[in-house]
Amino acid sequence: MVAEKRSGRSRPPLVAVPEPDTDAGGDALGPTPGVDTDVDPAPAGPQGDGERLSDVDEWGRSQHLRDILAKLYDPLYERWFRVEWEGFDKIPRTGGALMVANHAGAIPVDAPSIMHGIERELQRPVYGLADDVFKRIPLVNLGWSRLGGVQAHPENAYRLLREQQQLVMVFPEGSKGPGKLYRERYQLRRFGRGGFVQIAMRAGVPIIPLAIVGNEETMPIVFKIPALAKALGLPYAPITANMLALGPLGTLVPFPAKMRIRVLDPVVLDVLPDQPRYSRSRIMDISEDIRHAIQAELYDMLRHRQSVWFG
Amino acid sequence: MGRRVLVTGLGSFWGGRVAQTLEQDPEVDVIIGLDTREPSVPLDRTEYVRVDESYSILSRIVRATQVDTIVHTFLVVDSNQVSASQMHDTNVIGTMNLFAAASQPESRVRNVVVKSSTLIYGSTHADPVWFSEDTRRPAFPRLRVERSLLEVEGYVRDYAADNPHVAVSLLRFSNVLGEDIVTPITKALSLPLVPAVFGYDPRLQFVHEADVVRAIMFVLERDLGGIFNVAGDGLLPWSEVVAICAKRLAPLPPVGRKTVAAVLTRLGVDMPVELIELLTYGRGADNRRLKEAGFCYEHTSAGAVHAFAEAARLRSTVGRPRAYRYERDVENFFRHSPAVVREKGSG
Repeated sequence: MVAEKRSGRSRPPLVAVPEPDTDAGGDALGPTPGVDTDVDPAPAGPQGDGERLSDVDEWGRSQHLRDILAKLYDPLYERWFRVEWEGFDKIPRTGGALMVANHAGAIPVDAPSIMHGIERELQRPVYGLADDVFKRIPLVNLGWSRLGGVQAHPENAYRLLREQQQLVMVFPEGSKGPGKLYRERYQLRRFGRGGFVQIAMRAGVPIIPLAIVGNEETMPIVFKIPALAKALGLPYAPITANMLALGPLGTLVPFPAKMRIRVLDPVVLDVLPDQPRYSRSRIMDISEDIRHAIQAELYDMLRHRQSVWFG
Repeated sequence: MGRRVLVTGLGSFWGGRVAQTLEQDPEVDVIIGLDTREPSVPLDRTEYVRVDESYSILSRIVRATQVDTIVHTFLVVDSNQVSASQMHDTNVIGTMNLFAAASQPESRVRNVVVKSSTLIYGSTHADPVWFSEDTRRPAFPRLRVERSLLEVEGYVRDYAADNPHVAVSLLRFSNVLGEDIVTPITKALSLPLVPAVFGYDPRLQFVHEADVVRAIMFVLERDLGGIFNVAGDGLLPWSEVVAICAKRLAPLPPVGRKTVAAVLTRLGVDMPVELIELLTYGRGADNRRLKEAGFCYEHTSAGAVHAFAEAARLRSTVGRPRAYRYERDVENFFRHSPAVVREKGSG
């Protein structure tokens, strides 16, 4: 595994960066296509034909709705979870990159926190790849896709990362991460079959691992009801500490645990993009290396954490 | 010697349109149109032959007319239009007979265009946003119309493999909108309240009817061969499509899609189950392969919707033009009577 340190790059000022969607040059690998999420990938056809009434892009994301949500979510991000980042400047401001993180809490708040944080500071969209369970539930699928969720399909990931050079986030643990019990907290599950590594290889983009502390305590699962999960067709049906403490309100309200997100050094994969197949053992090795790196970082962060609520 | 073209499904919207366009082409000598129904558009020199839906006399026609080009538009892609067995006869048996006829030793066929549909990709929760021609569908096809089209494409592929000297093009069209075509989607958009599935707002893709005919002519003229998606640029949410048409949404329950489809159809709303699936999960087809071959779309997805909405507004004021009626004796008179003065080379 080749982990390239990106040193000598000073922290960008946290002010609005204009021209968020136009990728000038790009520091990542691969070609630098015209990046514009709201326009078709090959806009060489009819021009000015058929004006649009909404700003929903091909992925289903709406910047307008995203902005509205950002206004609502910002107090939660600032005051409730008091999200703090370490190493934020390792997230590229241009070019595609695949971010992977640990995933936890019955209703995980790590995804919206990462997306909100990055979109606020870098003014560039983040697309979250997730399991098709979101797409099957009425209303949930709608909110999820309008806010930047995309079906986790290799072709979607390739198009986002390679052709459009976007920032993409994925949780390789899948639903096994948020579905684990509180006593198993911060113990990373299996990273699937390493599909995320293969995607990054094909797309020729770096992988940026993130370690998150605090998400486990926002909605801890005390026990699970497998029969109910099966009946509802959900990956898990939890009884959370929130439900026990707050009653029905607890199904949705997370505890105000302090969240810290540490950005690890980007992993640059030295393989040629666009190959039909990559070495299975190589994929699994890199996947395991990244899993170990995140796990080690989590232990380090927990070692330094004084309090669940105040960090 | 110019081209001799056989068009299947002459009575359908597409067969009629393609035949009309072919008539404009001086390179085309002979156009023969097959269908169970009479032509629905006025035609000058196309010869109409009534056949049964499984094309049993096709090998005789191919031998007798020595066609070199076949345009196969006669596929049912709408499960409410005909019964299940009729759909099987038309799609699967019809295509089988067509290719059996075209692969006879004395056949002169060198060019085949088949009009299929992006329905073949299905519409499920596990789909990618864009299907390329080679994307494998993630879910097993559950709907009859999808399985039927998959079987048809199997025959097309076998024929192409067995006859490498023939340019076989398989065009998969996305949902068509435009000024004239009538489909379950156009019917839904003409209702006072437009059905939508509650809790879903999928992104759909459209292709303008003019681009469909242009795409068929494009692959014909170039002897392209291969599989191509034909779909306008861009995807737009169903709610936006309905808003462009200045209509309101009426939510349908998000469960029991087959039952909902059956009930609505019974109530007189033409809502086949594949449309309800589409209104739940949507579908996008990557149109870049045909563009790379040199084809230029005149309309985007949104453009096709606007064209439809404008035509609907016009129709609401002036009504539909009177439909053309085929009169066999009149048509035969103009084509074959010695009393008609014809230009040399035509007819």
